Amino acid sequence: MSGRLGQTPSQTVGPFFTLRLYREGENVLVAPGQEHERIVIEGRVVDGDGTHIEDALLEIWQAGRSGRYHHPDDIRDLELDDGFTGFGRVISDFDTGEYRFETVKPGRVPDVEGAFQAPHISLVVQGRGMLNPVYTRIYFSDEEEANRDDLILRAVPAERRRTLIAELTDDGHAKVYRFDVRFQGDDETVFFDF
Amino acid sequence: MTEPLIRHYGPRAYADHPPFSYPDYRSTVKRSPGHDLIRIVQTLSETTGPGPAWAEISAEDTDLTTNTGTGRAAIGERIIVTGRVLDEEGRGVPDTVLELWQPNASGRYAHWRETEFPAPLDPNFVGVGQCLTDADGGYRFTTIKPGPYPWGNHPKAWRPSHIHFSILGPSLGMRLVTQMYFPGDPLLALDPIFNSAPPHARDRLLATYDHEVTEENWALGYRWDIVLRGELATPLDEGDH
Repeated sequence: MSGRLGQTPSQTVGPFFTLRLYREGENVLVAPGQEHERIVIEGRVVDGDGTHIEDALLEIWQAGRSGRYHHPDDIRDLELDDGFTGFGRVISDFDTGEYRFETVKPGRVPDVEGAFQAPHISLVVQGRGMLNPVYTRIYFSDEEEANRDDLILRAVPAERRRTLIAELTDDGHAKVYRFDVRFQGDDETVFFDF
Repeated sequence: MTEPLIRHYGPRAYADHPPFSYPDYRSTVKRSPGHDLIRIVQTLSETTGPGPAWAEISAEDTDLTTNTGTGRAAIGERIIVTGRVLDEEGRGVPDTVLELWQPNASGRYAHWRETEFPAPLDPNFVGVGQCLTDADGGYRFTTIKPGPYPWGNHPKAWRPSHIHFSILGPSLGMRLVTQMYFPGDPLLALDPIFNSAPPHARDRLLATYDHEVTEENWALGYRWDIVLRGELATPLDEGDH
């Protein structure tokens, strides 16, 4: 490993990042032609005291409906919807800590053991008072069978897996999934290192 | 079906980054994970990332001294900040989005949350910009040297002059938000955010004055390279699938 350069240390985004890192509409990933498959992911970000975090930056990265990523490494012969980047971001609400994304449910992506992962969305959370990003994944409560076989979920202690599963709460106008992000405590969200 | 390319990235170098909880920076105590992180293998979800897709739809906006639309120039010490975004092998990271934000020459952010510090706003400076790295990972901004400003962490807490940088990168694990500081600033030694970085890595947050970059009768030059997680030189042997 000698000769490798040292990584530049992470620093907090601070309280003023919204000047640049969120612009209206960046939390809507739905591309033209996908409207009928729109889903909502919403939740609340809370700190170790259970107090809402009023200025968290949440970024999601996901595959498209076919399970393909909009990325030069993903050269599989699968459809990728025009205008769908798979990236979105939003800030939690100043008064409530609530956030909301509108997107489509990703297809299944291969794991590294020859099988497919359950549908999931990668989530990166940063904020004032956070010196590093934290990484987690959003899974879906209506994918029970796929979740049971998922390589990554199986790496998580059984009693903590539920913190990674967004609950389908409303099947009316659009499917609404609820996913809270908790720092510390019994219900702390599982954060990953990879 | 054609197989996707699954790269093998080296680990996040935790010893080179700040801890999650750093009590001298008070807000970190309740905003840090209580449990240990859970180690997972890198799948396509981790080895890909938003940098390339986001670059396709992003435009350059690299002169912060003139980008407010007022037709007038910002007040302050005009500087050029340039450098390269590299991986740990020293290879440039091309075509990725680099976004930055900062206060003005008086240390005042053009942000509604700044209500305590009565420094003047500059109508000709917003303090935001973005660029796409070139084929060698290079970037270049023209801006105003930001002023220091007070914050509420402890009595007489003043942040040293700094510019916030955000890099999306081509893989999720390369995501980096950091701050660039200026050499010789007496506030560095007193700043818990700068000092949250381990001592051996703090210099990596400092720009250097570069007389080659300085432009006659126009602006002073600073150079700062940013190093992201890179691929392993020798891929891990994963054995049979």
